[in-house]
Amino acid sequence: MRSLTDNLVTVMAILATLIVVAPLAAIFGYLLYKGASSLNLAFFTQIPKPEGESGGGMANAIVGSGVVLALASVIGIPLGIGGGIFLSEFGRGTKLADAVRFTADVLNGVPSIVMGLAVYSLVVSVHSPWVPFSGHFSAFSGGVALGIMMIPTVCRTTEEMLLMVPHAVREAALGLGVPNWRSVVSITLKTASPGIITGCMLAFARVAGETAPLIFTALGNSFMSYKLNEPIMALPLQIYLYAISPYDDQHRLAWGGALVLIALIVIAVSLVRYVTSRGVLKGAN
Amino acid sequence: MRVDVKVPDIRISQAHIKSEASVRTEERSAEDAKGSHLEIRHFLLSRGNSAAADRVFHVLMVLCALSIFAIVALIAWRLVVSSQLTWNRFGFHFFYQTFHDTITGQAMYWDPVNGLFSAVPFIYGTLVSSFVALLIAVPLAVLLAVFLTEMCPKVLRGPLAFLTELLAAIPSIVYGLWAMYELVPLLREYVNPFLSRLLGWTGLFANDNPTGLGFLASGVILAIMILPIISSLTREVMSAVPHSQREAVLALGATRWEMIRVGVLRNARIGIVGGIILGLGRALGETMAVTMVIGNTPEIHKSLLDTGISMASVIADQFTEAVSDMHRSALIEIGLALFIVTIIVNAFAQLLVWAVTRGAPSQAR
Repeated sequence: MRSLTDNLVTVMAILATLIVVAPLAAIFGYLLYKGASSLNLAFFTQIPKPEGESGGGMANAIVGSGVVLALASVIGIPLGIGGGIFLSEFGRGTKLADAVRFTADVLNGVPSIVMGLAVYSLVVSVHSPWVPFSGHFSAFSGGVALGIMMIPTVCRTTEEMLLMVPHAVREAALGLGVPNWRSVVSITLKTASPGIITGCMLAFARVAGETAPLIFTALGNSFMSYKLNEPIMALPLQIYLYAISPYDDQHRLAWGGALVLIALIVIAVSLVRYVTSRGVLKGAN
Repeated sequence: MRVDVKVPDIRISQAHIKSEASVRTEERSAEDAKGSHLEIRHFLLSRGNSAAADRVFHVLMVLCALSIFAIVALIAWRLVVSSQLTWNRFGFHFFYQTFHDTITGQAMYWDPVNGLFSAVPFIYGTLVSSFVALLIAVPLAVLLAVFLTEMCPKVLRGPLAFLTELLAAIPSIVYGLWAMYELVPLLREYVNPFLSRLLGWTGLFANDNPTGLGFLASGVILAIMILPIISSLTREVMSAVPHSQREAVLALGATRWEMIRVGVLRNARIGIVGGIILGLGRALGETMAVTMVIGNTPEIHKSLLDTGISMASVIADQFTEAVSDMHRSALIEIGLALFIVTIIVNAFAQLLVWAVTRGAPSQAR
């Protein structure tokens, strides 16, 4: 009886694993099957055609994603790395650092659409002389929304990577008379830099796929745009708008866009795994 | 040629060492010229100290860390400010009032054109879709974690763990796209009729909805999305259980499942509950996949196969086409409620996970 239960549970566990792997295989399979047929040169170089016309592409979405993500990185990465430096170098063991860590973890779980609402309320809805590009939809507001989403992730991974740097490195630098700030920036940070870069890439990959905050901050744009004070299209936003539209041609383009997005994210995640598993971080030990 | 050989006295004190160095310095300078002595002094004094730069750096880093508090405060402030219109109009009733259609007398909750707003169907829809997602995801995630930690051959462990990580990395819009075009037709053609035939007697599976969209579709896609979170946290806490526990149970003659149940899962259950609540927090706030498959009808239906709506999905659906300031303000108030609920749920889950891992930073996922 007991061995029967044991075997039953083993079978259920194997079944559970298969059930979990199946949707993954299904998603990737459908993405490749449906997306690959719509990827051609026009996809990457042309802007969308009007409804009803076939062809066109997502060049404006790809460029727009680049602009918004660049702005998000400029906002998110410095603040995140600074927070991580504080947590590991200056605040280790203090109550303030515990509170910051806890808040960062909680902030990670806040829905992205709520971030978008806050940025809408701050930047888009009201014109204010204190806030640049305020009063209208803009690429700037989209970048801010994505940027503040990056900060907690970058902060936590930077802290973890800096904690792995052995004390001997820091002490050697201080023993040579290097100022504390210089030691942190040029020596400790540099030692942990592969890990920090992978942390930034993880945050970047997560934020690259976010749609909800962009719906009412960047709004979307059918034309090519680089400016920060105009609405701009982004790749996940374009996928969403096409997916809910009634035109088959746009559905086809949505699958292609989803394939491009997934390819970018899989490349980023694989690079992260490669860097961390290949022992590049061994330099820190 | 003079050979300077100085054998230091073992009992030498700081004063002696200083005087040794200054004696040596003075001897050398007495040989070269007074100039090199001054050069060395000049060099040492010109290094300055880095107290000012260190202070500035410290302050900068503290400001960066405080930016996290600033972000939370900013979100809370802006959401409260922008939802004032609805709060002044309805107050707390917003979260439980029911209107009635003037002609048919049916219960009505959300009428933007006539300015009637109530959050009841959204709260109901969020709870139902999250509950269905947990019902599906928790057994699968725990079994998957058990398989990966205890039963899996070492060769498969790496690839399977990588695949689960990959599930977590897929953006929700891609999940929504797949769900809308593959999962919903599957449900519509095969699963819903089957379920309503099999379980229709419960009253929860009436198949009046011919579209396939609804709570079940959103529950399934949410389950797929929260599964990696629950499974990875469960694996983490299961690996943290010391081997001595496993060995002790085995020594008492337990089968492998009994060893897992008594030795591992029992010790790890606080962390597993924390992982489940973290998954719940993710499911509560999930927007894009849900908004594409839940149907977005602001009504309350008992059947799981019927369409519904959730707090996050209505914001994504209606915000850009809101008909009035009151409509936008009502949506922002729903966003505020969502913010507060997810903060509470996530804080609770983080506390549980911290209690198990003792506050140590978790591995980078």
